[in-house]
Amino acid sequence: MNFDFTEEQTMIKDSVSRFVRDEYDFDTRRSIIESDDGISRKFWTMFAELGWLSVPFAEEYGGFGGSVEDIAAVMEELGKGIVVEPYASTVVVFGGLLSASDNSALKEEVIPTVIDGSCMGSFACVEAQSRYELSDVATTAVAADGGYTINGEKTVVANGGTANKFVVSARTSGGQFDRDGVSLFLVDASTAGVDVKSYKMMDGLSAATVTFKDVVVTESQLLNAAGEGMALIDQVMPQILMALSAEALGIMATLNTLTVEYTKVRQQFDTPISSFQALQHRMVDTFMACEQTKSMLYRGLCQAGEDDPEALSKSVHALKATVARYGRLVGEEAIQIHGGIGMTDELNVGHYVKRLMMINVSFGDGDFHQKKFNQLAYSA
Amino acid sequence: MDIKFSAEDLAFRDEVREFFATEYDAVMAAKLSGSQGSDYKPAIVAWQKKLHAKGWIAPGWPVEYGGTDWSATQKFIYETERGLAGIPDVVPFGLKMVAPVIYTFGTEEQKAKFLPRILESEDWWCQGYSEPGAGSDLAALNTTAEYAGDDYIVNGRKIWTTFAQYADWIFCLVRTSKGMRKQQGISFLLIDMNTPGITVKPIVTIDGKHSLNEVLFEDVKVPMANLIGEQDKGWTYAKALLAHERTGMAEIADSTRSLDALKKRASAEINGGQAMINDPVFQMRLSDIEMELMALEYTELRVFASMAAGGMPGPESSLLKIKGTEITQAIQELQLQLAADYGGALPHDLNAEQLGHDFAFEARGKYMYGRAATIYGGSNEVQRNVIAKAVLGL
Repeated sequence: MNFDFTEEQTMIKDSVSRFVRDEYDFDTRRSIIESDDGISRKFWTMFAELGWLSVPFAEEYGGFGGSVEDIAAVMEELGKGIVVEPYASTVVVFGGLLSASDNSALKEEVIPTVIDGSCMGSFACVEAQSRYELSDVATTAVAADGGYTINGEKTVVANGGTANKFVVSARTSGGQFDRDGVSLFLVDASTAGVDVKSYKMMDGLSAATVTFKDVVVTESQLLNAAGEGMALIDQVMPQILMALSAEALGIMATLNTLTVEYTKVRQQFDTPISSFQALQHRMVDTFMACEQTKSMLYRGLCQAGEDDPEALSKSVHALKATVARYGRLVGEEAIQIHGGIGMTDELNVGHYVKRLMMINVSFGDGDFHQKKFNQLAYSA
Repeated sequence: MDIKFSAEDLAFRDEVREFFATEYDAVMAAKLSGSQGSDYKPAIVAWQKKLHAKGWIAPGWPVEYGGTDWSATQKFIYETERGLAGIPDVVPFGLKMVAPVIYTFGTEEQKAKFLPRILESEDWWCQGYSEPGAGSDLAALNTTAEYAGDDYIVNGRKIWTTFAQYADWIFCLVRTSKGMRKQQGISFLLIDMNTPGITVKPIVTIDGKHSLNEVLFEDVKVPMANLIGEQDKGWTYAKALLAHERTGMAEIADSTRSLDALKKRASAEINGGQAMINDPVFQMRLSDIEMELMALEYTELRVFASMAAGGMPGPESSLLKIKGTEITQAIQELQLQLAADYGGALPHDLNAEQLGHDFAFEARGKYMYGRAATIYGGSNEVQRNVIAKAVLGL
């Protein structure tokens, strides 16, 4: 039994941590968000050079061959700096789906370009009516001339504005809610008929409405067998949820540290407010929230190395629900305990909180995952 | 990261399971399930004697005094299996509380006199700490022991003394000197409950049962030989013991078992033709608890792993008591809620069959007595003070 990161993991963790500390201060982040792209291409290239973009990919494609633990190590540190560059959407989600794909020609073509930083990608999966249920797909892909024609609209596509390529879920058969019949296509953003309308989100990241109008794709753009896209999504989902939760953990730990340190210097009634028991107990509760979240993440990471998909599935639903609940607690308490200054845009606290809020709604909020957990645990 | 046990540890786990399955039979389980009735003392003593015969009565003790030579991992496995099997822990006052003080700070005579009888469950111990005016602020105690010749003369009142009605001995914190810091001037005394001047008065708790007592001392003569360590240094010894008491308060395995039982019961309780386990609101209440327990299981494993690696438990250890007792209480609350109207019925007038409900008495009793878990062993508010100071540096 052990809960330590390996030497290799510690090295990459330290490397991300140094970057956040030395190069990604709050003002730098703010100016990146205000730039045209909303991200730093310079830093993205640096991530590629440092090997961070290669972490989860197989060695045969030039990757590091890392596990979800390695991804979690990176994401936790990125969370501490609320880094806005699209690591999660490109490397974890888009890259994760690619890695799980059995289309080796596609993988050989695209994965190296993700690793070298020239390709950013995103998963276009949410639709106006679908909320968090990814099998609710109204976008269609109709077979035509040995390929498919895609029509439909995807909403709040993470970093859609900067993505060069999308993995798009589209229905090749079945009814709107059927799990069978969902297919995953790799579509270049420059393809005729693809329209991207980008906008800013409150966490400094961007999203886009991506419209597909008579977009012609070939069979070779399918990630796996037509109609079996949900199986691929299910396979990748645990690592997506664990990666986002690791990022949330980094944010929660940072918020707790900021808050504890602030109470030690903020004086009221002629004494540091850290001396007030009413505040101490709230900070103990947020400390415990963070430790419990970490334990739940580690539970998932340990089970990812075992061969019990149902246990893993239960654990990651529980993890995402825990992140939602305790992320909110930690965020709200950080603002409350900071008092008036916590309300200001100038202070970093609110920005950490807003990223936590967006992680909460990424790939299902707490209630969504708790309901899934309940179905697995109690409705046998 | 992994939670794999070695082949040797897995073999040990099988041995423990096998022993529990063979030795903890239905008759013993039935006698101990009430945990406070008149059957309790003979039943738990009989069980402890079986553990002693096997050599497993005191895993936490050093081998030279009769402990096991188990590794930290094996101790962890043993506790987990015990909880999962629904076997109550040994009575802690002798084996887990006073014995570590005696073998750490006691004289050779004290060790020889008391430790074997504790191992053999020949002496029943109780704990004389709290007083009417000294609860969470334990150091405010003022039961006095005045030095007179070869004896101390003890006067005062101890309260919340669990199972004092069965006890042969009581270990007490008493004030031997005044006029210094209140933590100083306290001594640790071992007192024979048969000494003239001791009166035990029962306290009936809100579950309607009697496990707590008040113990009164009027000019009770205690030989000098029963002082642990040095006079006025008792607080130091007691603090070492409190740390001992806090470990293992999370009761993860026990809660896992209780939660499983709760789920089975929820499948049998029907509302509007539907089993409660399928009720979406009830499911949310259930998973609120289950998810917290899943996390705490790994928090405990993290603490354990750092201790097994020879390190000190990290900051995560300090939340075990708070979260563990909160989960225990949450299960008890939901169980009582599940018993619905039956939950209020008292067993004085009827038995479960006559009532027509199988777990209502247990649910009520456990809920009511369970309120104590967040009060004893350092209340959860005191635990928060400890974390605020020791972990967060506030």
